[in-house]
Amino acid sequence: MRNFFRHGLMAAIIGSSLAAGAISVSAQGLELTITAPAGAGGGWDAASRSLQEVMMATGAAKSVQVVNVPGAGGTVGLAQFVGSAKSSPDQLLVAGITLVGASISNKSPVDLTQVTPLARLTGDPLVIVVPKDSPIQTIDELLKTIKSDVAKAIWVGGSAGGADHILAALVTQAAGEDPSKINYVAYSGGGEALAAMLGGQATAGISGYGEWQGQIESGDLRALAISYPEPIEGIEAKPLKAQGLDIELVNWRGVFAGPGVEGADLEALKASIEKTVTSDRWKELLKARGWTDYYAPSDEFKTFVASETDRVQGILKSIGLAD
Amino acid sequence: MESFALLFDGFSLATQPANLVYAAIGVIIGTAVGVLPGIGPALTVALLLPVTFKLDPGGSIIMFAGIYYGGMYGGSTTAILLNTPGESASVVTALEGNRMARSGRGGPALATAAIGSFVAALIATIALAFLAPLLVKIAVKFAPWDYFGLMLIAFVTVSATFGSSPLRGLTSLAFGLWLGLMGIDQLTGQARLTFGVPELLDGIEVTTLAVGLFAIGEALVVASRHLYKPEKPIPIKGSIWMSMEDWARSWKPWLRGTAIGFPIGALPAGGAEIPTFLSYNIERKLSRKSEEFGSGAIEGVAGPEAANNASAAGTLVPLLTLGLPTSATAAVMLAGFQQYNIQPGPLLFAQHADLVWGLVASLFIANVMLLVLNLPLIGLWVRLLAIPLPWLYAGILVFASMGTIAANPSVVELLLLTGFGVVGFLMRRYDYPIAPAVVGLILGPLADNALRRSLQMSLGDPMVFLQHPSSAIMTGIASIALVAPFIFKGLSRFQQDED
Repeated sequence: MRNFFRHGLMAAIIGSSLAAGAISVSAQGLELTITAPAGAGGGWDAASRSLQEVMMATGAAKSVQVVNVPGAGGTVGLAQFVGSAKSSPDQLLVAGITLVGASISNKSPVDLTQVTPLARLTGDPLVIVVPKDSPIQTIDELLKTIKSDVAKAIWVGGSAGGADHILAALVTQAAGEDPSKINYVAYSGGGEALAAMLGGQATAGISGYGEWQGQIESGDLRALAISYPEPIEGIEAKPLKAQGLDIELVNWRGVFAGPGVEGADLEALKASIEKTVTSDRWKELLKARGWTDYYAPSDEFKTFVASETDRVQGILKSIGLAD
Repeated sequence: MESFALLFDGFSLATQPANLVYAAIGVIIGTAVGVLPGIGPALTVALLLPVTFKLDPGGSIIMFAGIYYGGMYGGSTTAILLNTPGESASVVTALEGNRMARSGRGGPALATAAIGSFVAALIATIALAFLAPLLVKIAVKFAPWDYFGLMLIAFVTVSATFGSSPLRGLTSLAFGLWLGLMGIDQLTGQARLTFGVPELLDGIEVTTLAVGLFAIGEALVVASRHLYKPEKPIPIKGSIWMSMEDWARSWKPWLRGTAIGFPIGALPAGGAEIPTFLSYNIERKLSRKSEEFGSGAIEGVAGPEAANNASAAGTLVPLLTLGLPTSATAAVMLAGFQQYNIQPGPLLFAQHADLVWGLVASLFIANVMLLVLNLPLIGLWVRLLAIPLPWLYAGILVFASMGTIAANPSVVELLLLTGFGVVGFLMRRYDYPIAPAVVGLILGPLADNALRRSLQMSLGDPMVFLQHPSSAIMTGIASIALVAPFIFKGLSRFQQDED
């Protein structure tokens, strides 16, 4: 418990000394609550807790609390956030592309275009793999297999309508087949889907690169391509774009403020987030977690969220998961 | 032999004074929190994650291991004494354990749970150390059709075993299956049976149903009877320790529970629930005093508790060897590993052997600490039952509601809890067994997914369940278990005719 007190004390000292030193910089007095619209242990929870840690350590905020509101791919948390945050200057939400898909396929009355984008934070590549004994060696061979019989090409990956499913649909489309005929077996996440990959029950699988990194490095899975637009240091698999397929899909996460936050409140939150993500501490943390930096400031992120919402809507429609 | 040398190194890491302290803190916090219904080990580990930031990786993982085992044990204490299982894995423990407690044998029930958990975790941890790399190769071969075969066995044995008639058992099971269908369908992402209530999109929480049916229903029954015949506090009969007979009736269920729990826990979608149900059914079949089942048979506590703890060790197999978390706690532990830039997976044993074996060794130590901590506490715990009934049941209602709100703060959840309490009362009143409803809720969605995944992979061909030897065998066992009771009944009628 000693460490607990030491840790807490340090944060308190840092927080109070900065607050005392700051006269006009309101950002340093921020007392924030971050809603993670997912249970403990998932990606959004981890991102929220990382933000919490770095914001407090760098003095970008005085105190930060994380609240988990799990449910329905994040739509329960989002609905609650939209209802309670309104124009409150001390409420943040961490969310990502999965929530875009979930609000569409769950016909949720709220979606991410209703909240105020502050910054895009991380963007993890998805990876397309085949089992090590598979005859498929390249992405072109996978496309040929899909073309020969689209129903027999069994995909495994995370939940229905999520980023993994969307990428599978894009690849099927690129092979010239109808994505509504795709045979995609959904699992609760990359972990559970991994067993189906290693057991050799599937033709190809999709997951976040980090989730399957161990098996790719040990040779149990063969990575054909990543979905990130550019090559990533330390990842051998080439982007789909570099292999002649015009597909990019990034599992991005970002941070949002309430729907009605504007003016000085919004500027203060923007400044606080910018201070956090440009710190060395944040860069170290990204490296330790194996996350790819995908920072975009508020305005750029806003356009991005709108275009992603349109794109995901279109793809889900083509799979038959949205009207 | 190399494993022995590595394990020895592990012990020298885990027995460093600082690490012993972390293990002790973990065990104590884990037990304390596990005793509260509703707050499971996963939430505790998640809350403690930032606290351990300053610890070295070894220390923090060791502390997690203590919390994990402590939380599992604490859950069974409330299940036995108050009939409020804190997590789905201790639902079965409540069945016989609470009957024992209410007939004044709470002490032996807690003791057999504690020692059974110890024995199971000890054996399972040894198995983890030596079999993990081998076991994982078999576990990943377990395909959807095999899971479906396993579920069939569980369904058939459960609905046949509980209740005064198979029809009542099946009715209760059907209720649970209906509840299990609620929420977003994992395979298509579409909502089913949610009636426009967003809180239902994630389905019904197992602990809400279990606590509602068991604890609230029970309290209502006691309250309704109280009008006619005031009940006295439950006296403690006999020793609070286990008698020779208790030992004689416990040790085999411990071993059998371990043998069932560990391998199923090691399956990527095995979990702790199926082994506890299977263990309960097997003990009921094998017990010489099977008539005691339903009124407090010690085998019905010993077996499932051992199975529960063995499966907890089992879930570490896919976590450490594949990086695959199969329970919420394991998912948080995975996050703990990643915090130190350690990726559990096939290379973990090679790259971070010291950590893995340190963890295994600290599991042994956490286990011993749990036993030392909990056996002396039994005398204290059973005194809870000496509280006058109105106070005790008022307390149960408060703790049950608080635990539910702590786990999921929403009005809908509380309404569900109350609704299930009323259903539990009516089921008791009209003599319907409660356990099959909980089984239906837990296993229904698993079976649904396994069935549809199998058919998706076989392109709609139902023969897939008979084409693979492993699933064919399990389907066969399930059919025999379904038909056998009727044949035996026929045979015995035949013999009676001869007399």
